[in-house]
Amino acid sequence: MSPETEPLVKVENLAVAFRGGVRAVDGVDLTVRRGEVVALIGESGSGKSVTLRAIMRLNPERTSRVEGRIRVAGQDVMALPKRALADFRGRTVAMIFQEPLLALDPVYTLGRQIAEAVRRHEGVSEAEARARALAMFERVRIPSPERRLDAYPHEMSGGMRQRAMIALALACRPQLLLADEPTTALDATVQIQILLLLRELQRELGLSAIFVTHDLGAAVEVADRIAVMYAGRIVEEGSARQVVLSPQHPYTVGLLKSRADGALAKGARLVTIPGSPPDLARRPPGCAFAPRCPLADEACRRDPPVVSPAPGHRAACWRVPGADAAEPAQRADAA
Amino acid sequence: MLTFVGKRLVYVAPVAIGVSIVCFLLVHLAPGDPLSAILPVDATQETIEQMRAAYGFDKPLPVQYALWLWRVLQGDLGTSIATGRPVIGEVGRAVVNSLILASVATLIGFAFGTFFGFVAGYFRNSPLDRAASAIAVFGVSVPHYWLGMVMVIVFSATLGWLPPTGAGPDGSGNWRPDLAHLRHLILPAITMSVIPMGVIARTVRALVGDILSQDFVSALRAKGLGEFGVFRHVVKNAAPTALAVMGLQLGYLLGGSILIETVFAWPGTGFLLNAAIFQRDLPLLQGSILVLAMFFVLLNLAVDILQTALDPRIERG
Ligand SMILES: Nc1ncnc2c1ncn2[C@@H]1O[C@H](COP(=O)(O)OP(=O)(O)O)[C@@H](O)[C@H]1O
Ligand SMILES: [Mg+2]
Repeated sequence: MSPETEPLVKVENLAVAFRGGVRAVDGVDLTVRRGEVVALIGESGSGKSVTLRAIMRLNPERTSRVEGRIRVAGQDVMALPKRALADFRGRTVAMIFQEPLLALDPVYTLGRQIAEAVRRHEGVSEAEARARALAMFERVRIPSPERRLDAYPHEMSGGMRQRAMIALALACRPQLLLADEPTTALDATVQIQILLLLRELQRELGLSAIFVTHDLGAAVEVADRIAVMYAGRIVEEGSARQVVLSPQHPYTVGLLKSRADGALAKGARLVTIPGSPPDLARRPPGCAFAPRCPLADEACRRDPPVVSPAPGHRAACWRVPGADAAEPAQRADAA
Repeated sequence: MLTFVGKRLVYVAPVAIGVSIVCFLLVHLAPGDPLSAILPVDATQETIEQMRAAYGFDKPLPVQYALWLWRVLQGDLGTSIATGRPVIGEVGRAVVNSLILASVATLIGFAFGTFFGFVAGYFRNSPLDRAASAIAVFGVSVPHYWLGMVMVIVFSATLGWLPPTGAGPDGSGNWRPDLAHLRHLILPAITMSVIPMGVIARTVRALVGDILSQDFVSALRAKGLGEFGVFRHVVKNAAPTALAVMGLQLGYLLGGSILIETVFAWPGTGFLLNAAIFQRDLPLLQGSILVLAMFFVLLNLAVDILQTALDPRIERG
């Protein structure tokens, strides 16, 4: 494949296990094309953050084991030596964290934190780096940016902090933006502003992005495609239209229902599906959703096949029409 | 920042007054009459009354306190009963000696303590951590007068490398920065440094472990910083607390080094206090305690200000 047509991100059969036996991610395939936004949705604990961190190799080295293949912008992330990995982080891929107050160093001013990243990657002078930080603050529309550069994280409001975090992430013009629930910690009105800002910047800069959320509404708002994650696996994936208008997997259907029921409630969470996700240290064979699934039967004790009801739309479930004829999915643990 | 310092100074005033009252009362609360040490055993009642009047002991306590405080503010702490010299001079010289010993010991302790603390914090639960933590525990729990005696036995008595006691070869008690005096400083300073070393190592270990587990460290790696870049952030986050602990340790060493100063016959405040107690030299005792207590109050103030200057999260209002 030529670099032009090769997807920016290609994750194959990713598995992340933590010391103690938790398999947080268990065979994830994910592709992001250039300029595309993919939303990763699913209940809390389904492995979304661990997947994102794996793309930057940020999971703790000493207590986690990562398997599979990760290619980003033509680089084999798993094989990068330390130095190249540090060059890759922040430069090719940048991350926005859920809680900016915790993700920013409390004893450095915001301006210095941004300038530090710029200097690290571009080797420019302190003054140039600061000018870039100022330009980024203007770009994310922080009022009185000059003054705010010298503020410490705790001196800003949650929304302003998240804007600063976005400015930091985009300061070195990355190709891929990873956003881990960037609006969850914010007030509802601020959430929408940040979401709109992210979408605007993504389009202007032609960024690719993986956007983790458990808010389906936000996913539809910003994403071209949606991947639904359950217990460490992607159970359904398709264009935003496909997933929302013709959901195939019973879990996706459940998510959509819970959203429809509680759509207007403030901070509606996807918790209205009865039951709870399986223990990731002792996952039963077959479909992990079966114990909570209204449609489950004997067949669901075997690993479900991946069925494609339409081009670009995939679901891993025995109940999807055509599943009986399909081949069982190849899993990391089955190989 | 200036108004902050001003406010702190205002808070300190009542503490300082309280301390002076306690020091003043010390003489009156101590068992026995303050005069009994200077009066002959067979003094008549009449002589005693005369002496009381001469020293002002016949006046009401508040008046005595006011008079005493007035003299203190003019630098008059009375006269040592044992030596007949002004207390202020004796105490001043001792304070300088203690300050030299305590600061050198604190610096040594800080250097090794932060080193062991960083190693232990960075490699938590590894053999390195256990080794560094064991040294820290040794530092805070070994009886230092015992360690001092062992040092003297090994390095003075057996090997003959270093002098065992005193601040210098002439025994004058005036420390000077030359080689001979430095050699006298080594053993007591190392012995004394073991305590702040242990305390600071444990503090820094906990700090570093805590800082490294925070989200922002992941975020620093995510923006491309290498281990050294992250280390700089860890240091800056740990510095306010580590320096505050160091400052307080310096204070403890100044006030609490009686045993070490006695073992090494180091002419500092601890040694002076020891002498004052055993000779029932009340003016000297009162003066040394007052100076030490004031020093501690000021040190706390300095630590407070330093920490506020270093940590932007502390309210400066
Ligand atoms: N550093 C870690 N050590 C051990 N377990 C972890 C670690 N990070 C995440 N996990 C576990 O992995 C699972 C998935 O977590 P995560 O990806 O954070 O979920 P979410 O989908 O809510 O982002 C959880 O069970 C969590 O406890
Ligand atoms: Mg998460």
